[in-house]
Amino acid sequence: MKVLLVDDEKELVTTLAERLNLRGVEAQWATSAEEALNRLQTESFDVAVLDVKMPKVDGLLLKKQIQERCPATKFIFVTGHGSSLDFETGASEVGRDYYLVKPLKIEVLIAKIKEALQR
Amino acid sequence: MRLWSIIKPAFWDHEDIAAGPRKHLFNFRRIWRMSVILTAGVALAPLVFMILVDYNVSQRAIEAEINYQTSRLVSNTRRSISFFLAERQSALNFIDKDNTYPALGNPQRLAALLENLKKGFGGFTDIGVIDHTGLQHAYVGPYQLTGINYSEQDWFKEVLGSGMHVSEVFLGVRQQPHLVVAVKHDLAGGTFYILRASIDTQKFNDLLAEVEVSGKGDLFLVNHEGVLQTPSRFFGAALEQMPLTVPKFADKTTVYETAFQDQPLVVGYAYIQNTPYILMAVKQKKALMKPWTETRMKLIWFLGISVTAILLVILGVSTYLVSQIYEADHKRVMALHQVEYANKMASLGRLSAGVAHEINNPLAIINEKAGLIRDLFTLKRDYAEDPKLLGLADAIVYSVERCAKITQRLLGFARHVDSKPQLLDIVEVIHEVLGFLGKEAEYRSITLSVDVAPDIPQIESDRGRLQEIFLNLINNSFAAMNDGGRLAITVGRPETDFISATVADSGCGISEPDLKRIFEPFFSTKTGKGGTGLGLSITYGLIQELGGSVSVQSAVGKGTEFTLRLPVRMKPSGESENESTTGG
Repeated sequence: MKVLLVDDEKELVTTLAERLNLRGVEAQWATSAEEALNRLQTESFDVAVLDVKMPKVDGLLLKKQIQERCPATKFIFVTGHGSSLDFETGASEVGRDYYLVKPLKIEVLIAKIKEALQR
Repeated sequence: MRLWSIIKPAFWDHEDIAAGPRKHLFNFRRIWRMSVILTAGVALAPLVFMILVDYNVSQRAIEAEINYQTSRLVSNTRRSISFFLAERQSALNFIDKDNTYPALGNPQRLAALLENLKKGFGGFTDIGVIDHTGLQHAYVGPYQLTGINYSEQDWFKEVLGSGMHVSEVFLGVRQQPHLVVAVKHDLAGGTFYILRASIDTQKFNDLLAEVEVSGKGDLFLVNHEGVLQTPSRFFGAALEQMPLTVPKFADKTTVYETAFQDQPLVVGYAYIQNTPYILMAVKQKKALMKPWTETRMKLIWFLGISVTAILLVILGVSTYLVSQIYEADHKRVMALHQVEYANKMASLGRLSAGVAHEINNPLAIINEKAGLIRDLFTLKRDYAEDPKLLGLADAIVYSVERCAKITQRLLGFARHVDSKPQLLDIVEVIHEVLGFLGKEAEYRSITLSVDVAPDIPQIESDRGRLQEIFLNLINNSFAAMNDGGRLAITVGRPETDFISATVADSGCGISEPDLKRIFEPFFSTKTGKGGTGLGLSITYGLIQELGGSVSVQSAVGKGTEFTLRLPVRMKPSGESENESTTGG
């Protein structure tokens, strides 16, 4: 099970990746859409955990770009923004259950990753 | 007072303290008063005018009719009396011409003539023949008047002059009112004789009594001294002095108005030619005018009721309409307050969402770092003195500092909401505002620039209001721009007493017609997209409160530039400058 974490907050993605790794989930990270797409050129991931709001290319656009290259990849969205409009937009893309608001609970994230894989 | 408190309309005591310089437009009591006065004036003035004109015309017409009737009555009666006397004079003339002087001296012949006169004309009581010396040498009648000499009497002298005579009414020796008619007959040789007859005035009285006089009227004869010649209904019996002034001579029938014992009278009179009589018809004006007075009273009642009804309707309608306006205005103010409140809440919501996003990211990092420390302690046992833990702790501290900065900025905003004028650095304020919007600019790849001229002094202003002004303007610019736009803020000092701040964006721009209306309340081009149309009008009001002005230039498709002009020292409120808008 390979997970790709994408968030412009480097401190967040690195720590999150390490925690997942500690729990036996192979996680790699990227701090921008460009970096994430570069990684996809060499390897594939089962699940991508994407921040919705990112400079230049946001999570929604990045999802489309990843889907074009790896149609089997499952997606989980993460956002720090609490507006209902933002939530509705994101939830309509990946489903209400796979749209998480920061800060995350690691157990919840792992459970969602597993759920996503079984979809 | 109690009734008044029940019927008093809601707007009566209304005072709109916040109405501002156009307060008079919201003075509903004044609107109501103007409405009542104008409507009542327009409705009642023609009615009252027409009724006054009609009243006047009708009164004049009735008075003219009374005068005409009186005049006609007097004329007709005068003709009857003249005819009565002329008839008797003619009879005497006929006798005179038909009989010789010696024949008239014969008592049997004279008695036969008197009998014929009584039968033919009536009213004759005696007849006598008087020679040129004034001696009555023949007489037929109820008294012994033969041999009386009339040469010194006035009537005798009058007959000598005019050839005929009609006497005033007098009692004479018989103590009965009567009058005398005499005609002179000239004889050959320069002598003459006079034929003289007495006429009972009862015939006269009957003649006048037969005439019907309207208006409780009175018809009688007086002589030139005002002594009644026939009995009067109101002024006494024959030969008594009439209390009214004797009317002056007129050769035609004349009507005038006078008063007797406070009673207005209409008097018609005519001097009867060749007699000492004046025929007078006296009518009581009140009685004559009674039908008119009754009609007038009805008219006045009708007018009073009409005016009262019209006034009640006007009062009712005006009160209803002004109440409706008051209610509508009340609703408008309520709606305005609600919109303002909704706008505030929307701003607060947007601010909260922004703050949550800003804080949630560092919180997520704290969360993960703390979680990792926990993980390391629980999942790995060999991290007793690992330098990595130190790094994690530093990361936590750093993230906490980030949160603190955000909350400090937030508190900075909140603290200045009710602040008073203070010396401040405008550039600092701009950076504070941009601090909130910087992340959005980063996400949307919007280039921000702030250019400041070197000689910008600290200005006396209100920090909270300035923050709101810049937040509104920059938010508007962000809304107008696509991702990748450019927002340039320039601060300069065009005049010694003023600084300028220009917020220029590369957005969609504002069309010429819209440009003229952007500062109007409720004008919005974002209808249905969450725009309330109050943002720029509130901004405009805030700038005015700070004693400044705002101008805007815009070109569709190129961008918009708002230029604020703010005083270095704040003027007292109410002396703000006006805005100007120009298309570009």
